[in-house]
Amino acid sequence: MSNKPVGPALAREFGLSADEYERVLAIQGRTPTLTELGIFSVMWSEHCSYKSSRVWLKQLPTTAPWVILGPGENAGVVAIGDGLAAIFKMESHNHPSFIEPYQGAATGVGGILRDVFTMGARPVANLNALRFGSPDDPRTRRIVDGVVRGIGGYGNCVGVPTVGGEVNFHPAYNGNPLVNAMTVGIAPADRIFLSAAAGIGNPVVYVGSKTGRDGIHGATMASAEFGADAQEKRPTVQVGDPFTEKLLIEACLELMATDAIVAIQDMGAAGLTSSSVEMAGKGDVGIELDLDQVPQRETGMSAYEMMLSESQERMLMVLRPDRQDVARAIFKKWELDFAVIGRLTDTGRITIRHRGAEEASIPLDPLAEQAPLYYRPTVETPPQSPLGDVPDPVGIAPALLTLIGCPDLCSRAWVWDQYDSTIGGQTVQRPGGADAAVVRVDRVGEGQALDGHARALALTTDCTPRYCAADPEAGGAQAVAEAWRNLTAVGARPLAITDNMNFGNPEKPEIMGQFAASIRGMAAACRALDFPVVSGNVSLYNETEGRPILPTPAIGGLGVLDDAAASVGLALRPSDSLVLVGETAGWLGQSLWLREVAGREDGPPPPVDLEAERRNGDFVRGQILAGAVRACHDVSDGGLLVAVAEMALGGGVGAELAAAPDGLPAHAWWFGEDQARYVLAVADPGAMLAAATAAGVPARKLGRAGGDGLKLAGGATILIEELRAAHERFFPAWMES
Amino acid sequence: MRAAVVVFPGTNRERDIAIALERATGRRPRMVWHGETALDGIDLVVLPGGFSHGDYLRCGAMAARAPIMPAIRDFAARGGHVLGVCNGFQILVEAGLLPGALLRNAGLRFLSRDCHMRVERADTAFTRHYQRGQTFRAPMAHGDGNYFADPATLDRLEGEGLVALRYATSAGEITDAANPNGSARSIAGVLSPNLRVLGLMPHPEDLVDPLMGGTDGLPLFAGMAEALAA
Repeated sequence: MSNKPVGPALAREFGLSADEYERVLAIQGRTPTLTELGIFSVMWSEHCSYKSSRVWLKQLPTTAPWVILGPGENAGVVAIGDGLAAIFKMESHNHPSFIEPYQGAATGVGGILRDVFTMGARPVANLNALRFGSPDDPRTRRIVDGVVRGIGGYGNCVGVPTVGGEVNFHPAYNGNPLVNAMTVGIAPADRIFLSAAAGIGNPVVYVGSKTGRDGIHGATMASAEFGADAQEKRPTVQVGDPFTEKLLIEACLELMATDAIVAIQDMGAAGLTSSSVEMAGKGDVGIELDLDQVPQRETGMSAYEMMLSESQERMLMVLRPDRQDVARAIFKKWELDFAVIGRLTDTGRITIRHRGAEEASIPLDPLAEQAPLYYRPTVETPPQSPLGDVPDPVGIAPALLTLIGCPDLCSRAWVWDQYDSTIGGQTVQRPGGADAAVVRVDRVGEGQALDGHARALALTTDCTPRYCAADPEAGGAQAVAEAWRNLTAVGARPLAITDNMNFGNPEKPEIMGQFAASIRGMAAACRALDFPVVSGNVSLYNETEGRPILPTPAIGGLGVLDDAAASVGLALRPSDSLVLVGETAGWLGQSLWLREVAGREDGPPPPVDLEAERRNGDFVRGQILAGAVRACHDVSDGGLLVAVAEMALGGGVGAELAAAPDGLPAHAWWFGEDQARYVLAVADPGAMLAAATAAGVPARKLGRAGGDGLKLAGGATILIEELRAAHERFFPAWMES
Repeated sequence: MRAAVVVFPGTNRERDIAIALERATGRRPRMVWHGETALDGIDLVVLPGGFSHGDYLRCGAMAARAPIMPAIRDFAARGGHVLGVCNGFQILVEAGLLPGALLRNAGLRFLSRDCHMRVERADTAFTRHYQRGQTFRAPMAHGDGNYFADPATLDRLEGEGLVALRYATSAGEITDAANPNGSARSIAGVLSPNLRVLGLMPHPEDLVDPLMGGTDGLPLFAGMAEALAA
């Protein structure tokens, strides 16, 4: 930090515009103190205030009969039956993960876990959506290594299984990787904990780790572009302690079983500042903090440093005064700090005292209500020219081997093998085994019989950024539709999503145009599929030296299976027949085939027909739940033949495949990325086709499982062995060489 | 069988073990906090997996000095049965109840995947429901599971028949590829001289339900339940 006096120059350094600083002066009626300026700057940062995105986010549908709590709390809450609720959210830790990949990713996992257990849920699953720069960029390997180790290091230690996610590569993420972490927890639907403070005079209690100087101004750093000096920002990255997080989870859940807690909020971005301001603001009360009481792990910390610190594994609670001793005993057992650091007041202000002096006094209403809100100008992304005919340069078999081995489609086992996916003993569908992870809802600890039927959650993360770049509206709709489709493909009823909006600099009209169009597409898909948004996070300024990332609205989807045993995976088995559900036009625009085989990245992305999505998906789910489907895989990146190859690799069995229909070039049939399609493995293809006809759903017999390779009609056989070698080569060869 | 599951700060697979024990015995185990000092009326003590004290020192080193440990040592000395899985194995080694050490995995990365283990002796309370030479599958999930001891100790373990389990292919062959963490002589599990203390790295407790992909781990718990029926 510089030694400038508080004034316009320092405000600018803290990320406040001249106009925003004027507002601070008007609210305070004087020059703010350093601590006050720090509080205003983080509360009004893009990261905390959503000042550029709020007007657009309002367009997203957020309600459904099963939604208990939509956006606005720490995480979204949906009813899943049996009096239980799923609590979930996805959040980005992009900037820190570039600066310090291990800690950036680890603390991303820690932060999203806290958002979920702060509401009373035991976390039962983690997922993560990762986008990295080109494998050819010399920095990428180090970032992948650190991010994967960080996610594993944190998640494995806290004992929450990491069950799914995505990994993509594109040069647009060089120097700006995306790390989007999602946590899902389970709680009794009538025991949800909220953050609104209440009860004048009630104690404000700090629990968890001690406060240090780490992460000061992290939220501000996350709200700016990177320049060439990004590495100098390393001190703004926090350091994670998953062991303390594990203790904090257990201690909080133990305390939540009592009636001691009035309100609770984790200290995430902007730490003590945002938690205290938000809790008091939501409860319409004042709050007074005595920083001398804050547990500190460094000496001589100023009020400014303590209020801005983003030290991890800390929570703020308002307790019933007569239950303080119960709470103190629980945190003592778990060897965590517990300190009464303030109380609620009727002043409507946040007041900070330190070493006998008043360091800050800010009226809470204006701090929230006069927070900046920007209607930033937008420019629509120009439509892509139609692709026209693209001849097949290599033939089907070589193209399949190229695609199945390319960085975006090859086996992710190298990544998954570093994440504990089985802890908890409830993981029904593991990474790579199905289109969505399936985790049984375990209530054994709460008295459920061991062998009783149990529900399960289905979980996925999805986004196809190259579609979003070419057509943000279609891409936004596609991301939501693909999440819905992946949940459907395991037999789950999709319930709701969390969204993680990763975009470039919102002050550029073309970026804001991408954002607005993506929201439009997402909203349309959410409506058509009854799949509302219940939580989310926005990450802007994902640019390095002026180059933006691809627009990446990552979607985390959650669905439910009433019977965990009904889910299906994607592995093909001998004697299964393959049936394709959905219409195939052979859409090659923005396909992976076009990029990896033809060397082009153009054309419009595949159109999303939401009615067809709904009709085809409802049909497939019905067939799975009726027991007529032995395996199911949606057709997405790489198209039909890649989907079939993944099923064959999953089961270690080949298939004999029918020829492409007349009038469609073979490469367009096999590698086009038309949406709303599924490949089903069934015992009785005749019955399946008849059922599809009756439901008005296009379906077609594709072939039959058997043999040791994929046998193309009138053409080559691609051996499973050959496919596997191509599929499994990239990650170990690239990372371990 | 009356089982106790010891919970240290940072233990995280105690629920998994409890579910497997209940499935095998119909009885919920008693959860024992590391700060307790007595173990009464117990037939089996289980030290589950996790990251006790964060494993910030050597894995298991701090837990091996917990207040409950003297009671576990006494219990073992009286001929009680003790099972340590993953971090529990590391704690038993640090406590001197089993020989050797668990080093970083050979590839220096955390490994979470299924492995197969070959049963080297089936005449123990832990392995009686398997056949000698049989293999079974279990998930592994650890960063420090590379079993190490000096050659003399390894020779003694083998000579005295105290190697309970070895990493193997599903067909029972001992190969380098089937030994993902690089353990000496592919050792996955070792026994105390009285055959009543077993430590192993993989997690049979996470494969006791067809819904989770198999029941390969169930015989371990069913065998103990039968042998230690109270």
